This record gives sequence, structure tokens and C-alpha cells, in this order.
Amino acid sequence: MKNDNIEIRWHGRGGQGAITAAKIVAKAMFASGYTGVAMVPTFGTERRGAPVFTSLKVSREKIYDLSPSKRPDIVVVLDHLLLEEEDITQGLKQGGLVIINSPLAVRGYGFNGSRVAVADVTDLSVKAGLPQGMVNSGIIGSFARAAGLVELDALLKTIKDEFIGRRPGENACAAQLCFENTIMGGL
Amino acid sequence: MQIIETGNVAAALGVKLARAQVIAAYPITPQTPLTEKLSEFIESGEMQAEYIPVESEHSALAICIAAASAGARSFTATSSNGLLYMHEQIQWAAGARLPLVMCVANRGVGAPWTIWNDHQDSISQRDTGWIQIYANDHQQIIDSVLKAFCLAEEIMIPVMVCYDGYILSHTHMPFDVPDSEIADAFLPPYRPPYALDPADPANLNTVTMPDGRPDVRGDISPGYMEIRHLLQHDMVEAIPALKRVEERFRSMFGRGHDPYVEPYRCDDADYIAVSLGSLSYQLHDVADALRAEGVRAGVLSVHLYRPFPDRIIAEALNRCSGVIVFEKALSYGYQGPLCSDIKSALYRYAQGKPFVTNYILGLGGREITTQDLYEALKVSCSPDGGAGEETRWIGLKIPAGGTQT
Repeated sequence: MKNDNIEIRWHGRGGQGAITAAKIVAKAMFASGYTGVAMVPTFGTERRGAPVFTSLKVSREKIYDLSPSKRPDIVVVLDHLLLEEEDITQGLKQGGLVIINSPLAVRGYGFNGSRVAVADVTDLSVKAGLPQGMVNSGIIGSFARAAGLVELDALLKTIKDEFIGRRPGENACAAQLCFENTIMGGL
Repeated sequence: MQIIETGNVAAALGVKLARAQVIAAYPITPQTPLTEKLSEFIESGEMQAEYIPVESEHSALAICIAAASAGARSFTATSSNGLLYMHEQIQWAAGARLPLVMCVANRGVGAPWTIWNDHQDSISQRDTGWIQIYANDHQQIIDSVLKAFCLAEEIMIPVMVCYDGYILSHTHMPFDVPDSEIADAFLPPYRPPYALDPADPANLNTVTMPDGRPDVRGDISPGYMEIRHLLQHDMVEAIPALKRVEERFRSMFGRGHDPYVEPYRCDDADYIAVSLGSLSYQLHDVADALRAEGVRAGVLSVHLYRPFPDRIIAEALNRCSGVIVFEKALSYGYQGPLCSDIKSALYRYAQGKPFVTNYILGLGGREITTQDLYEALKVSCSPDGGAGEETRWIGLKIPAGGTQT
């Protein structure tokens, strides 16, 4: 209902880490001066691999409405095959942004007047030393590059804190590589 | 210190700050991460407490009752059918006047099974003699847990701190973690007025005759009815007691809020939406949208549900022309329990007698869209908006006996 919030909807598969990615961005944005931050997961009875999503709302003021995002400014997709299964960009604002982990070229994507950002996060994350399929730190790098809402350094620091004891260096490296290799397109 | 965490973690941090000594709990969605976090605190040595894993919620509360009877500060938490399984012990804890604190991550009840949010679980425990506080956000969860121990131990009545399952329990939001030294000064160690002692055996809460009778020393002991009358008397006294707790909290931590109700744009409101929990905050944006259209709408969030601060609520609603109660619970065959309570308060105290309309919504996690709230409140913000006594349902896809629309 309020128009001055930034709403970012994260779509992934159960077990892929979309909620962790959104939480890291929430923490980094809060540390960067956004007073109002709410990361609201929508829960089904998840199985691994089933489509899941979470809503991240960010504002300069406290967030009072914790309902799922209906009109997101940004949609982040951790697995490009989800685009074939569900209406992932439903409600996306005109002139919004879609960020996709995909091995396909950015010119293959069009979302009716939206900007698109693509990186092969799956491949880049393996190059960073992470096991196959770990994409939730890498996609944060693409988010930093495409959205431009928060400094990469702030995100890298939060990634290292969050993944303490769980390959912090490789996770930060994945975000750095994805930041450098995100291709912008669309509109 | 400001952190971003879930509502369940906020609750666990509150229990840790309160230095609870005994925790007995059985995991149930969406409460589970709260008890997991407490067991982690205890395992790592961050928290000095006895964590007692149990095979059921009935046993969890039975252990807390025993621990509190022996003088230990005790805590449990549950949701939904787990809370219902405690029901017998819930009544016992209140009758025994034990200062327990329990968190309820609100969830609908079966059948059919649901794991998602509504308020039917804790509302169905309304008449058990427990104090019930509803939190709207993570700050209120962590602060309420601390205040709850303080209140419970002052008046020897157990307290339930209720917060919305998933919507608060699993949402990450910023909140301030109170300083532990100030928390220790706010809530000193529990000194029970009486505690079980193997060296001095005693029977507690044995069969109590309808009439009072002389005890072994010849003093007249109260009968069951006097004991229960005292519980009612002290429950009503909990209303001013909570204010004292709140004032002390505010003076020590520099923040706080009205412990009974939280009004939003109510001063000049013609129409006031009333609800419990996080839904109240979702209604803030709806009231703002209606105000922008020239409709004088406000929101009254009820924090203290039992004891019911009826005079305070009636005074808050007295000057408006319509009250619209949004509820995630139902007294089947009648209406929402909060709606009935509000009508009763207005009958006793209000001169103006505003109309009262009741919306039922969000049962079993049915999504509550802000647009739906806006449309419902807009319809009800009119002089004839209160027409009809039937409950109105928001978000129904198939009407009773009907086909899909």
C-alpha cells in the first residue's frame, strides 16, 4: 500500500538458500542506513526442490505491513528454470528489475519493459570453490551489481559473517565473481 | 544492541536475559526454532539453565509446574495442538498460582491439520486464568518476555506471550536486545514466597472442600470458591500491576508503550479498526490510505487480552461512531471472541455506543492482503457500515454450501 518501500522478491527452490541470501541483503542494507527492514518468508510445507519465495521490504522508516510482496520493484531468481514453472514476475512494477541465475544469454529474456540482469551464478560459484549448486552467496553479487542499492563491500562483509565456519572466503569470492560477470539487458 | 533476527530468536533472547532456570518444551512448528535456540544457548554455556527434553507438551508444562513449585524460574513454549495438549496443566498452573511464562507462536488448530497462523490456539485458552499478552513485532516480543516474568512473579499468575506464527516467528526484522546488566536489575533472581523442600514435606493443591474448614492448626482454610475468587481478584489487580511493570521498564530501558492498547490515529477517528498482533500493524497502512481519502480511520491494537482492560478499551472507542473488529479466531456458533468482549466493554462503559462490526480472516494462514483489508475497512467506514450482526469473512474463495466463485 505504501509506495516509498523497496520490495525485493526472492524466488528459489527449497534448500537453495534464497532465505539466507535475502537475510544477508537485509542485514547489509540495515547496516547501510535503512531503518526499516523486514524479510518475510512465505512458507508452504517445503520439500527440497519445490519453488519457494521470500519478500524483502526495505525503507527509511519502520515496516508495518508484513504481507507478501504483491508489487515488487525487483525479482531475484536463483534458478532460471523456475521461470518456466510459475509466473515469477507477477506484479513486477513497470520499469522494475529481474535478476536471474542462468547460463543463457541476457538477450533471450524479456519482461515487458523491465530491466534484466543475468549471471551464470551456478558456474561462477563452482569457479569460486563452492560445491555444485550453492548459489545463494553468488546471487548476492549479481544483486549488488544490478540493483546498486548497497555497496558490494558491505555485502561481502555480511557474507563472511553469515557463513562463518562454512567457507566464508569461497562464498565472498563467489559474490565478487558474480558481481564482475553480471550482464545487464532488457527494456 | 540492534540486530536482525526472527521473532523466535527475539523470544529466546528474552528468556536468556530473564535467566530462566528450567526450560521444558516439545518442538512444534512454528515454535521449534525458539526452543532449539534455547537448547543451543544452554549447550554452549551462554545460559545457565536446565533444559529438559520431554515426550509431550503435557509433560513440558507438568515439569515447569514442578520446577516452579520448587522455586525455579521456569519457561516453556508451544503452538497450536501442542498448546491444546497442555490444556489440563494450563488450568493447573493458574490455579496453583505459579509464575510461569510461556510463549505461544500462534497457529491454527486441527482438524484439518494446518501449520499456519491464526489465533484460535491461544484464544481457546482465554478462560484458564493465565494472563495473555499479544506482541505486534520483535521488539515487543523480547521486551514482553522480560516484563512477563516480572509481572508473573509479582502477582503469582502465569503469563502467555503470544505472537503470530511465521508472520513474526519466522520474519527477520531489526530489534534492540536489552543490556543484560540492566535486565538483571529489572528482573532480580526469583524469590518464591513458598517453595517445596524435601526437608519440610508438604502437600499442595489437595482436594479442597466446597466449604472452608479448620486446618491442623485450627485456622479456617479457604474453600475452593474462596481460592478461585482470589484468582479473579488478583487477575483484575494485574491490570494496574502491569502498568507498574511497564513504567519501571520504561525508566530503566528508555522505551516502552501503553501496556494495554496501542492506538494509531485514534484521537479524532470516526471509525476504529481493532485487532490483536501483527495484523494491527498491517492495518496502520490501511488507515493511512483511508485518511488520504478523507475518511477519519484509526487502529486500536489490543496488547493485554486477559485480564481484559475493558474500561480502558471502552474509553479508547467511546467517541467514535463505528468499531470494526478484525479477528483470526472464532467462537463457533457465535462470533469472534474479541468482538464479544469489546461489545461487553462498550455496553458497560460507553455513552455513545458505536456500532461494532466483526470480520473473520486469515484462518489457517489464508493470506491477508492489504488490499482486502483496505476494501473491507472502506466499506465499514460509513454510517450504515455496521448494518447486520453476522460475522463477515474476508478472503473466502468458496462460500458455505456453494461452488467456487
